[in-house]
Amino acid sequence: MKLKNTWPKYYKRDVVTHYCPGCGHGIVHRIVAEVLEELDLGGRAICVNPAGCAVLAYLYFDFDVIESAHGRGTAIATGVKRSRPDLFVFTYQGDGDLSAIGTAETIHSANRGENIAVIFINNAVYGMTGGQMAPTTLIDMKTTTTPAGRDPKYDGYPLHITEVVAQFPGVVYAERVAIDSPTGIRKTKKAIAAAFQTQVDGLGYSIIEVLSPCPTNWKQSPVDSFKWVSEVMTTEFPLGVLTDKRSRKG
Amino acid sequence: MTKTAAKHKVVVREELCKGCGLCIEFCARNVLKESEHLNKSGYHYAEPADMDQCTGCMTCTLVCPEVVIEVYDE
Repeated sequence: MKLKNTWPKYYKRDVVTHYCPGCGHGIVHRIVAEVLEELDLGGRAICVNPAGCAVLAYLYFDFDVIESAHGRGTAIATGVKRSRPDLFVFTYQGDGDLSAIGTAETIHSANRGENIAVIFINNAVYGMTGGQMAPTTLIDMKTTTTPAGRDPKYDGYPLHITEVVAQFPGVVYAERVAIDSPTGIRKTKKAIAAAFQTQVDGLGYSIIEVLSPCPTNWKQSPVDSFKWVSEVMTTEFPLGVLTDKRSRKG
Repeated sequence: MTKTAAKHKVVVREELCKGCGLCIEFCARNVLKESEHLNKSGYHYAEPADMDQCTGCMTCTLVCPEVVIEVYDE
């Protein structure tokens, strides 16, 4: 008997992650490690980690990682990429990090068209701190700070940050994908590979928004949370390529 | 007619499994099931139920968030 699946080279083996059962982070971590191996970038990759659940991703990634202050991932990535253009730099940020406290950094780095890749994990809540309302929380969604559901009159509407930055001329590639099925996971891998290739080709900024399940804070089983992503979350955050200027730039 | 041996083998590294059940849900041939026993972390891990049905499609390894499933081929 021959082993069919090989362990990703840049993912640490036999480490139990701190993520809850059914969390989308584990899947996206594995995809990132696989894509880096396929594009042969692991030796010169630097990941900028967020504050949030993925704060401990450096325990699982087997390549260089910088820990950023809350929301400042793209600012740090800008500095690294400008001082060492030979390195491959990407950020891995959650919705509380990228679209709340880090809105200014995200918007301005996108507007400058920095040659970095951004992986944006959107699970509609602040996961690490216990499921409070995030800017991306859906209308009528119950969280610990909106126990009666998000009321748009009081709390505002879900923030579509990927659509916001996709309008900028500096943003070369923006796509929204979902961890909701085996098909969705394959599409996520393709999108992340496209974003990484954009940076390798020197075209500019790319952002991949991944709708990711958070079973613990949504108070659902892992299987139900996958269904919730595909049935409810994608109605508010439609999937697909939001901008693709690669041919124009290349 | 004698029963032929399974062409594919799924191995779940049960001590690392968190029992999320995604591999069980997305397996089209119901090869895996939830275990009766608990592992060291206190989860009902996934275990093979009917290995003869396995086609080696690797969907279980694709959806596993913990990378605990290994698929072997003949």
